[in-house]
Amino acid sequence: MRKKLTMLGLAGLLALATGTATAGDPLRVGVEGAYPPFSWKEADGTLKGFDIDMAMEVCKRLNRECVLVEQEWDGMIPALLAKKFDTIIASMSITEERKKKIDFTIKYYNTPAKLVAKKNAGFDGTASGLNGKRLGVQRATTHQCSAEKLYPGAELVLYGTQEEVWQDLTAGRLDAQLSDSLQAYEGFLALDAGKDFDFLGDAIDDIECQGVGAGFAVRKEDSTLRDALSQTILDIRADGSYKAMNDQYFAVDIYGN
Amino acid sequence: MDSVWEYRGLLLEGTVVTVQLALASLALSVLLGLIGASAKLATNPASRGVANAYTTLVRGVPDLVLMMLLFYGGQQIVNDLGSATGLWDYVEINQFIAGVWSIGFVFGAYMTETFRGAILAIPRGQIEAGISCGMMPLLIFRRITWPQMVRHALPSFTNNWLVLIKATALVSVIGLHDLVWNASTAGRSVREPFTFMFAVLIIYLILTACSDVGLRWLDRRYNVGVDRA
Amino acid sequence: MAEQERTFFEYLVYVSENHSPLDFMLVADHIDKFFYGALLTIEITLLALLIGGVMAVPLAIARAYRHPWLNGPIFGFTYFFRGTPLLVQTYLVYYGLAQFDFVRESFLWRPILSNAWWCALITFSLNTAGYTTEFLRGAIENTPKGEIEAARACGMSPAKMMWRIVLPSAFRRALPAYSNEVIFMLHSSVVLSTITLQDILGVGRWLNGRYYLAYEGFITAMLFYMVLVFFISRGFRLWEKHWLGHLRPREQSSQPV
Repeated sequence: MRKKLTMLGLAGLLALATGTATAGDPLRVGVEGAYPPFSWKEADGTLKGFDIDMAMEVCKRLNRECVLVEQEWDGMIPALLAKKFDTIIASMSITEERKKKIDFTIKYYNTPAKLVAKKNAGFDGTASGLNGKRLGVQRATTHQCSAEKLYPGAELVLYGTQEEVWQDLTAGRLDAQLSDSLQAYEGFLALDAGKDFDFLGDAIDDIECQGVGAGFAVRKEDSTLRDALSQTILDIRADGSYKAMNDQYFAVDIYGN
Repeated sequence: MDSVWEYRGLLLEGTVVTVQLALASLALSVLLGLIGASAKLATNPASRGVANAYTTLVRGVPDLVLMMLLFYGGQQIVNDLGSATGLWDYVEINQFIAGVWSIGFVFGAYMTETFRGAILAIPRGQIEAGISCGMMPLLIFRRITWPQMVRHALPSFTNNWLVLIKATALVSVIGLHDLVWNASTAGRSVREPFTFMFAVLIIYLILTACSDVGLRWLDRRYNVGVDRA
Repeated sequence: MAEQERTFFEYLVYVSENHSPLDFMLVADHIDKFFYGALLTIEITLLALLIGGVMAVPLAIARAYRHPWLNGPIFGFTYFFRGTPLLVQTYLVYYGLAQFDFVRESFLWRPILSNAWWCALITFSLNTAGYTTEFLRGAIENTPKGEIEAARACGMSPAKMMWRIVLPSAFRRALPAYSNEVIFMLHSSVVLSTITLQDILGVGRWLNGRYYLAYEGFITAMLFYMVLVFFISRGFRLWEKHWLGHLRPREQSSQPV
């Protein structure tokens, strides 16, 4: 459970004690906890998933203690800028729009986005096919950006977490949804809940909104941290640990090209 | 129903967080209410003006909007303030703090009205009698004003408290792992949102019923010796 | 002249993006969404108040006159809706009902229960009915005895007495409390944004999520709500003056002759 600081003075003293980040200092990592199998929460409260494992591995290699800070997705970037944590490891795509506010390391995986709808839905995954249909996306994601751009005729419905999108899709309130294809497969289609659903059409082609893959996010002024993190990603790729983590959750290589 | 029993640990944890949040917000709101009431009854027009602006602002803005502003925007402002004055490096405004400050701020305005009405209900003659007996202001407050203020304020205070408990549910929207948040995620993972939401409703009814009983006892204690219609 | 205006506009955008603490030009760009959001907020709040208010009248009468077997269940209804948060009630109806197969396969599903707008309207109406019943009951119970006796003396039937004497005076007495209920309903309408509806707060969250801002959306939302409350308070004050004018304290004391 997170500590509850009710007196501003006490919090201030603690903050003064931590000082500026140097080697050996804990690395505060922003994570989501609602995006299986990249990150989710067990019933007893522990965080698990590919993103979580990457975070722990990165901290180990940087010789710093990992402090995982759970954050609601649509407040991720403001929270990073407000120094709630020092980096975001939560499957955040590297896009030009986001680069206006924050900086990214090199990518640590790249999977395409796809539409998901009921099997034999009766319409196709084009702009005209989705005209007037209810399309669900998670708020503040690249998928919201793509959906607004590629399917302007669809009725866009926004949710706080991807889990809520799946919930309403199964309830029949949505005709389709747009999200990362890997998370869609592992987190929904391969499960019992998703047995009546399937991908609709191919991967969408929208580099502008989708970006070039997911990376770790850092504040613009933390370029040394960014380079250190990028280096650890390369190290993790090089010595086989990446493959080990990858295979634990996914049947395919998610690094992409 | 078995699923609720299985997740009872999580629900209990959430209830504890909710109650802690409610009590902390109550403390802040009572403090702000006392300050606000004395400001509204002051002779100084400036303090009256500030207090009026305070209650008008709170009446005009929903609690959730203030909460989000404080949680998302407040962190930025606190950071800027810290770096500008050089006093602190980073002071966390987590969901709990944002919740306490926003609910406390909002209900402080309601408490201001409650306490103001209660103080006005005390016959002026009693205060004058105290002064003529040579009592110090603090003694007057302790012996004359406070006991009667509590008596007059209790019905409105009870009402504010009951509304406050329910308002704490909103903090789940900014991600605090309170009762509502825990029940939502649990309900979603076992695909039984109705069962869990219903359990939450029952728990809230229990909380309000307990408060009702407790405050009625307080009411009886402070109304000793008073004839009631 | 047109060129002058264009550069002034561009200058405003430049100031707004780089120097102003609030990106007001961005907000101005999307202000139409906020107005649509305001429309949704007002629409649901007003309809819920209307439906709940109409429902409350017979319920309040039954409660005030202690109807032998209706009194208990009605009290249970009001206790339930007043003793629990509106947020949880809304989740129960929107997310909760979708859990049951028999609901999803019923004739009510497609047109009503699958729709967030209707779920919200139903929940809000029931909620305000609960509160309104209780203080309307209080107002009815506080009818001055003299009026009842006079009505009986005139030979009015119970129904006529209710319609002509008790209800009008009860409405007048309940007016100040009802103005609070209207404001509370408006405040509570923020819950709409949690079940995918784009009300004022929903638009604010969308704006912040789309452009990775911390508070522009919320401050705009706050201003919209303040304006709405201002107009409602004004309206009620005028209404009170019209209906309860005779209860106001005398402005000048009458001089002895």
